[in-house]
Amino acid sequence: MNAIADVDTRSAVRKLRVATTSLGGCCGCHMSFLDIDERIIQLAEHVDFDRCPLTDLKHCGPCDIGIIEGAVCNAENVHVLREFRRNCKVLVALGACAVTGGLPALRNRVDLDDCLTRVYAGRGNGGAVPNDPELPLLLDSVFPINEVVRVDYFVPGCPPPEQAIWKLLSDLIVGHMLRLEDKLIRFD
Amino acid sequence: MSQSVGDDGLPLDQAVESILLRHQRDPACLVQILRELQDRLDYISPRTVQQLAAKLEIPITRVKSTLAFYSFLYDEPRGRYRILFSDNITDRMLGSMALYRHMLNRLKLEPGEVSADGLVSVALTSCTGMCDQGPALLVNNRAVTRLTPERIDEIIGLIRAQVPVSAWPAAYFKVEDNIRRADLLLNTEWVPGAALQTAIERGPHGVLAELKQSNLRGRGGAGFTTGIKWEAARKTPAEARWVVCNADEGEPGTFKDRVLLQSYAGSIFEGMIIAAYTIGAKRGFLYLRGEYTYLLPSLEATLADLRRRNLLGEDICGVEGFDFEIDVHVGAGAYVCGEETALIESLEGKPGRPRIRPPFPVSRGYRDQPTVVNNVETLCKVVEVMLRGGAWYKGQGTRQSTGTKILSVSGDVERPGLYEYPFGVRVAQVLEDAGAIEPRAVQISGASGTCLTRREFGRRIAFEDVPTAGSFMVFGKGRDLFEMAQNFAHFFAHESCGFCTPCRVGTSLVASILDKIGDGHGTEYEMNELAFLSQVIRSASQCGLGQASCNALTDTIQKFRGDYERRLRPIDFEPAFDLDAALGKARAITGRDDSGARLSTRVDIDQ
Amino acid sequence: MSDIEYSFTIDGQQVRFTPGETILQAALKAGIFIPHLCFHPEFRPHGSCKLCTVVVNGRTTAACTTRAMPGQDVYSDKPELNSHRRLLLQMLFVEGNHFCPGCEKSGNCQLQALAYDLEMLNPHFAHFFPKRPVDASHPDAVLDLNRCIMCELCVRASRDVDGKNVFALAGRGLDSHLVVDSKSGKLGDSTFAATDKAASVCPVGAILPKGKGFAVPIGERVYDKESIREKVVGLADTGAEP
Repeated sequence: MNAIADVDTRSAVRKLRVATTSLGGCCGCHMSFLDIDERIIQLAEHVDFDRCPLTDLKHCGPCDIGIIEGAVCNAENVHVLREFRRNCKVLVALGACAVTGGLPALRNRVDLDDCLTRVYAGRGNGGAVPNDPELPLLLDSVFPINEVVRVDYFVPGCPPPEQAIWKLLSDLIVGHMLRLEDKLIRFD
Repeated sequence: MSQSVGDDGLPLDQAVESILLRHQRDPACLVQILRELQDRLDYISPRTVQQLAAKLEIPITRVKSTLAFYSFLYDEPRGRYRILFSDNITDRMLGSMALYRHMLNRLKLEPGEVSADGLVSVALTSCTGMCDQGPALLVNNRAVTRLTPERIDEIIGLIRAQVPVSAWPAAYFKVEDNIRRADLLLNTEWVPGAALQTAIERGPHGVLAELKQSNLRGRGGAGFTTGIKWEAARKTPAEARWVVCNADEGEPGTFKDRVLLQSYAGSIFEGMIIAAYTIGAKRGFLYLRGEYTYLLPSLEATLADLRRRNLLGEDICGVEGFDFEIDVHVGAGAYVCGEETALIESLEGKPGRPRIRPPFPVSRGYRDQPTVVNNVETLCKVVEVMLRGGAWYKGQGTRQSTGTKILSVSGDVERPGLYEYPFGVRVAQVLEDAGAIEPRAVQISGASGTCLTRREFGRRIAFEDVPTAGSFMVFGKGRDLFEMAQNFAHFFAHESCGFCTPCRVGTSLVASILDKIGDGHGTEYEMNELAFLSQVIRSASQCGLGQASCNALTDTIQKFRGDYERRLRPIDFEPAFDLDAALGKARAITGRDDSGARLSTRVDIDQ
Repeated sequence: MSDIEYSFTIDGQQVRFTPGETILQAALKAGIFIPHLCFHPEFRPHGSCKLCTVVVNGRTTAACTTRAMPGQDVYSDKPELNSHRRLLLQMLFVEGNHFCPGCEKSGNCQLQALAYDLEMLNPHFAHFFPKRPVDASHPDAVLDLNRCIMCELCVRASRDVDGKNVFALAGRGLDSHLVVDSKSGKLGDSTFAATDKAASVCPVGAILPKGKGFAVPIGERVYDKESIREKVVGLADTGAEP
């Protein structure tokens, strides 16, 4: 756990740039991320945050690490995911939805037409499905992110335990491959 | 079951009763009962399932699991005219897919869909064994050969006019033998009982000695020594022993058993009778693949002839206590039943899932009794060994592969058909004799076999070099071996019995990855996936089907990598599906078509 | 006969066996864990999941259906075999709809526990996302085919222990699916009872009792406390029935 502390931050080593986002997800993985508590200060010595809920940047620039929570549910998710893949040297799928489709993928057993029609039936505007161009269109099916772009690392869990997220970041910061052992692998 | 009078002139309940009675209400005959009931009822409804379970006194699950296993048994209406296009790669090379799409378009049907009036459905099926006279289709389980666009239009006309299949022009159903090179087997006329007489003179031990001396090996592909197999069954203490002829010729590109069954059935049955005499069996089965149902009447006629000659029945040839009977059991569309333990499961009325071996059928086979399962061609060979003697036979072919072998030659050749050679013949010789047209590759022994390149045409057909069950598919200049691998991958995914994980899931994963490459979405990533997947499927699968399912894939990747690489995208990953098409439903529902309602599938365009 | 004759080695460790035992049975008795799903000590070996694939004298085979023989040289806990096992698990995960966060069996599920043990971080392949039914017709149990892994333990338990034949595997290839012995095809119309062996034998969450979901808090569940490897080996040490 202390590997990260061994890296000398006073040297001229450039800080790593990290971007995070949530696609079709509940932000629970980001909450688990925050469960690293005061270690976030330690983390800040080694990384700068690009797009993430803390910076509220709308686009992601060139980064060392991109962390994606949530499944690919709509056109906007595809654009964001592709932007991350283009800009991030290492892309990480964080949590059940990004890794397996998770909760959003439960709609894959329902026909999209049927799903939308039922949801908006009797909700005003004659039950019409909203068609504002501002709204991202839904994909026929929900996909885990690795079915849309290449992904380098996977951290499962709903959400992943905060120790697993810490292990991910500390491994990557010191230049190791991520290895999660049994106790840190949880699917729920 | 509603009351209606069928072709047999019987009210329905009586017809059902007579089917059950003919099979003595034996649940082991479930596949036969279901097949015959379906002929009468068009399909097996849930109500029929319940009634059958009650009458046979078996759980409903037992009926359901068998019903759902076989491709040619239907639990919902499939139309009065069920059209199934043979989908072997050789059919495709002859233009079957264009004919298939033409028929679907003209009938305004989707694949597998039944027309609204319940008249017709059109779908694909695995190789129907007519590769020498394709493209072929099955209409209500009867083979129609040599399809042309004109013939398809005529068939559509007959269906629309609701002409019964039995009244269709006989020329449609003509199946030629196409014997191009005859040797020992195909050149010898069957003399009823002559071989059996010599067997009786030698006695069971003498027969085994002759067979062992001949070094006759099974022609189904595995090449097990026939004499050893029979001896093991004879030695196993048992209440009853069984002889089974494996006529479930399902390996894509093989059709030599079809010809033997059509024109040499006497020899096959006599081989079975000799087996029965040798091991002490009282009953035997010929397991006929469902696609060859049209051969049933002629096979039954041959059996009747054998009975008249006292070569079947009681005290055969006057030998007291030598009683033997043969039943023909018709399969219902399951390639895996060519595997001997799956075949035995099917004979017992169950889904054709291979058993765990050992025990082998020679010790515990049909009804857990010693059972000899032999290929059609092997049994004909037994007759030869009896007539000519083991010592003579041993001199034919090569040392480890004695005698002759029949090859089913199809694909890019001028003269497709049967070629019988002594074992040891070079591939190049076969190609020359068949008039191969600028051959690029030969796929030997079917979808589970070996793919040879031009450099390997000097190799020999023999157990010690290139073993084969008989299929010999030739691919000429300009043919794409990726398409062959993709066709075979779908074949295995369709035919996997579903028992073990690597085959059940793995064959479908391989097929979908090949589709991804075929659709132009593949990258080197998929090539690596295929390499690892095929390794696990080969080593972990339960039976030969799974273990061999990636042979063509690995061979073609190794030898014809260019056919794959020209389809690969020079990027590191791309989705398997069309992202823009995946927005199609939402676009339709919302009526939007603005720029935000569109996605490029290709990442490089998106950038 | 002496012990030396009735013994073989697994990864170099000597294992004794009783004639008739399979490699897996002998290994488990000796406290050596070989991953498995369709095997259950109370039932005849089945050999379908192939998780217990090992190399015996250079030949790859399933440990659950291969008889132990004197002098066999068995490899099991090797990186290559474990990577094959992980691939088989990934096949099972993409074949069905395994949504662990919403499954009552989570934490007590053998499929999940093996995935942890073999460090399976994701299902890797494109999901098939099949449309499979959930049958809640029975008052005491629910049958969720989304989670079924075709191990046929319920089929065997119902047939061999309960004497009922409530379940059977039907179909072929990826269309393989469980069917239920009743006119409607529903579990509620069958003779299935919550007290049946078949009701408790499912290694995953396909057959579950009603009204008992999430009864044990996270952290207290079977595989929260110990890994499947520790649990199985621990049971072997105490000689208890799993």
